[in-house]
Amino acid sequence: MTRLIVVLASALFAASAWAAGITVSGAWIRHLPAGVPAGGFFTLHNQSKDAVTLVGASSPDYAMVMMHKTVEEGGTSKMMPVDKIDLPAGGTVTFHPGGYHLMFMHAKHGVKVGSRIPVTLMFSGGGKVTAQFEVRGPTAR
Amino acid sequence: MTRRLMRLLAVLAACAALAACSHKVQWRTDNIDGLMPTLDFHMTDDSGKTVTAQTYRGKIVLLYFGYTNCPDVCPTTLAKLAQALKQTKNHGAGIQVLFVTVDPKRDSVSRMHEYVRAFGPWFVGLVGTQDELRTLTKRYRVTYSYGKPGKDGNYEVTHSSAVFVFDGSGRSRLIMVPHDSADAISADLDQLAGQSSS
Repeated sequence: MTRLIVVLASALFAASAWAAGITVSGAWIRHLPAGVPAGGFFTLHNQSKDAVTLVGASSPDYAMVMMHKTVEEGGTSKMMPVDKIDLPAGGTVTFHPGGYHLMFMHAKHGVKVGSRIPVTLMFSGGGKVTAQFEVRGPTAR
Repeated sequence: MTRRLMRLLAVLAACAALAACSHKVQWRTDNIDGLMPTLDFHMTDDSGKTVTAQTYRGKIVLLYFGYTNCPDVCPTTLAKLAQALKQTKNHGAGIQVLFVTVDPKRDSVSRMHEYVRAFGPWFVGLVGTQDELRTLTKRYRVTYSYGKPGKDGNYEVTHSSAVFVFDGSGRSRLIMVPHDSADAISADLDQLAGQSSS
């Protein structure tokens, strides 16, 4: 029994130590009218000693969140689904308009500009980091 | 030797004078003056009215193709245009942005209305029948294609990302692309407006 508790405690400790090195900054969602999907943007910093792999995101306020990248090719824009993003120790990746972005679909309730919405980023191996995304209006850049 | 130097200086001075006189207009976005056909279309605007290119004669028209279910590049472009128009000398007076949907199946007139109004007063949404859309996109060699629907029926649309700019007479003047800044766009729109009024 004692052994089990020690194992559990160290697992919890490892998880929080891991999460402490992974931070999110500048997180926001561009809210659009007419119930159309919203783009989400942020910068992810990996200050841990290990490489991590971002594999997805979710939010209690939307039915679905997908990772995408806008690709400009020969004068056309298209969206490519993104399965994972590898981030080395000390690495940073920015999701920004015209590049990587989260696509938030089917809001479960009216989302208000100015509010904050929790978004959980999921990593391979089961690690999770939750950040508050600020909801901005259509013309935010 | 001195005489040769004098002659060289005289030639240089003449060149400088010539360059100053020719006063070449510089654009920060791509100049396509008259290279694309004159603005011409027949569609329905976001208030349900039938409109043609004639409806917008006398205004600088920015023509952009996209769809409302586009989470990134379309709103990013429209937001940038909104900022550029706000920055112009007349705060966008005399300029109209026409946002043409390449996804008329999902983009109804009322959805387009709600969508474009959120970006500002300069935006008008245009919805065409497949025939009207095909005619307009062919005219400007704009391409679009539909992706495979996902589990929830949602699909992506790949589309041309350029913004075509026409002057008040409907003549093609500029093409703006995603890497053009709001500053460059607003400077060029001011220059174009200055030419039209002079």
